[in-house]
Amino acid sequence: MSHFHVVIIGGGGTGGALAHDLTLRGLKVTLVERGEVTSGTTGRHHGLLHSGARYAVKDKESAIECIEENTILRRIAPGTFEENDGLFVAVTDEDVAYSHSFIEGCGDCGIPAQRLTKEEALRLEPNLSEKTIMAVRIPDATMDAMRMPLRFFATAKKNGASVKPYTEVREILRQGNTVTGVKVVDHTSEKSYEIGADLVVNAAGPWCGKIADMVGVEVPIRPSPGVMVAVRGRWCNMVINRLNTSSDGDIVVPQRGLSVIGTSSWVVDDPDKLGLPSDHIQAMYDHGALMLPAIKDAPMRAAWSAARPLIGPRKADADTGRELSRTFKCFDHIDEGVEGFVTITGGKATTLRGMAEAAANVVCQKLGVDEPCRTRDVVLLPYTAYYA
Amino acid sequence: MAERKVELKVFRYKQGQTPHYDTYNVTVDENTTVLVALQDVRRDQDTSLILRHSCHHASCGTCGMRINGQEQLACVVKVLELGTPTVVVEPLQNAPLISDLVVDMAPFYDRYNTPEMPYIRASEFWPKTDLPDGIAQYTRYENCLECGLCVSACPVAGTDSEYLGPAAMAAAARVVAEPRDSDPEFALNWVDNEHGCWRCHVAYECTEVCPSDVNPGEAIMSLRGALTRRKFRRVFGLGK
Repeated sequence: MSHFHVVIIGGGGTGGALAHDLTLRGLKVTLVERGEVTSGTTGRHHGLLHSGARYAVKDKESAIECIEENTILRRIAPGTFEENDGLFVAVTDEDVAYSHSFIEGCGDCGIPAQRLTKEEALRLEPNLSEKTIMAVRIPDATMDAMRMPLRFFATAKKNGASVKPYTEVREILRQGNTVTGVKVVDHTSEKSYEIGADLVVNAAGPWCGKIADMVGVEVPIRPSPGVMVAVRGRWCNMVINRLNTSSDGDIVVPQRGLSVIGTSSWVVDDPDKLGLPSDHIQAMYDHGALMLPAIKDAPMRAAWSAARPLIGPRKADADTGRELSRTFKCFDHIDEGVEGFVTITGGKATTLRGMAEAAANVVCQKLGVDEPCRTRDVVLLPYTAYYA
Repeated sequence: MAERKVELKVFRYKQGQTPHYDTYNVTVDENTTVLVALQDVRRDQDTSLILRHSCHHASCGTCGMRINGQEQLACVVKVLELGTPTVVVEPLQNAPLISDLVVDMAPFYDRYNTPEMPYIRASEFWPKTDLPDGIAQYTRYENCLECGLCVSACPVAGTDSEYLGPAAMAAAARVVAEPRDSDPEFALNWVDNEHGCWRCHVAYECTEVCPSDVNPGEAIMSLRGALTRRKFRRVFGLGK
């Protein structure tokens, strides 16, 4: 067992998976999160286990990450997913034209893709639009956005990691140019205290720019929110995607007795100020109904916004965020003269384990710990073990 | 979009201190949920306010609390639809309080886990559709969100600390209805005692507050029915 102590800032999927990875490599880990775990971006996505097909044409790096992690997660987290696969559905001639580069892109990235006729698609999903022309089947699945990552937290805790929710970082402690720990406040008692660390990892997702500001280093992060709408009724069993380039309302994810339509995309400076534009809610209904017409009349259960942590130039001119890659990056801030401080950001819920492996590799290399990553094979505890 | 000012009167407790209520003035519009209003308070007025939340669409079950005295998920309650100038927000009952609106869910899960209730079940939607090659059955999550609203609202849970409670018994009833890999006899034996399904007062408060159509009240009655039928079968020697 190594005596090194790593503090992780951020209790989302990335932080949880990193705590799991580092604990398996024998490090002592403390994770701090200002709210409940998974209360930021992690719990709030539409619950898609990506096949990667969405990115197979224009963002192949991301697509390959997704299909690799999709396969690994099914293996290490059995019983976590609604494993019903997904369809990309063409409802216009333009969609059909796109299907050729789409299937080719899937092939390039190692994503199994099967072309289906209209009749075959409608037999699998009877609520699909009569305007459906053809479809492509790909290995998407549905996850519970909170309970899947909770399995990483549960396993990390069992293996000795200390997980501290409601614990907010107020200051990053430094000696000269070296980060030495964090000063936190425990919001269950409002008591402040310091936690010493050999290394601090910033895994705060769209908030990682704010954490980096405390250290005075730069992280190229663009918080990019999207609106999602959950309607009553389970209008499909498979994940239904629009067979075209990424756009508003191009996906419907079934979840329990609800169907979640996503999503729009814009960029903000402050991930705590997202808002909920009403026209985006209507757009989800309109676009979702092009694929599943019954959605048009389905009562709304909830509408909400969540911020993606996209890698891109901070505070650049406004754009939609659509053009930014969904891949992830690990930054060692020694490049800016600060020792003992690493940021992991970008990525997607589907790639949380891969993000953790990349960050843990950097952490171990910096600390001189020679232990391999084991998270591809260790089966995770059930999510309920988190509360044990 | 019409904005209005509303008062939030929020239960506050920090460990080692005396519980009290704090009142915050918030500006809301017709889309603002109680959850978003509380997050706005946290961001703009009081960073010490803590609560549980995750999915924001009644799927994870973490943001259960009492809103104007009624157990609800804060993410799907719109502030203006409550129609009161002051909205009172308090933590769930019948669970240990940690701080502010946060309760400890460990005792809830201790009970819930006992008969190893499955979490993924067969999807009941369109059983006659074709299935994709290699997929034996469409699956879906159970309806129960494990939010604890039913346990908070249950009058028996407030008086019998060993009572299994509506959520756990609803899950046991699901095992009996669709055993899959679990043993329905185990689930029936588990609820067949004075802290199980016979303890229920049939108040149906659980069904009233359930945000996910689980209907724990009917589930408990179905367990009583299954146990009664089992007893008759045994008395008349018709097997187990």
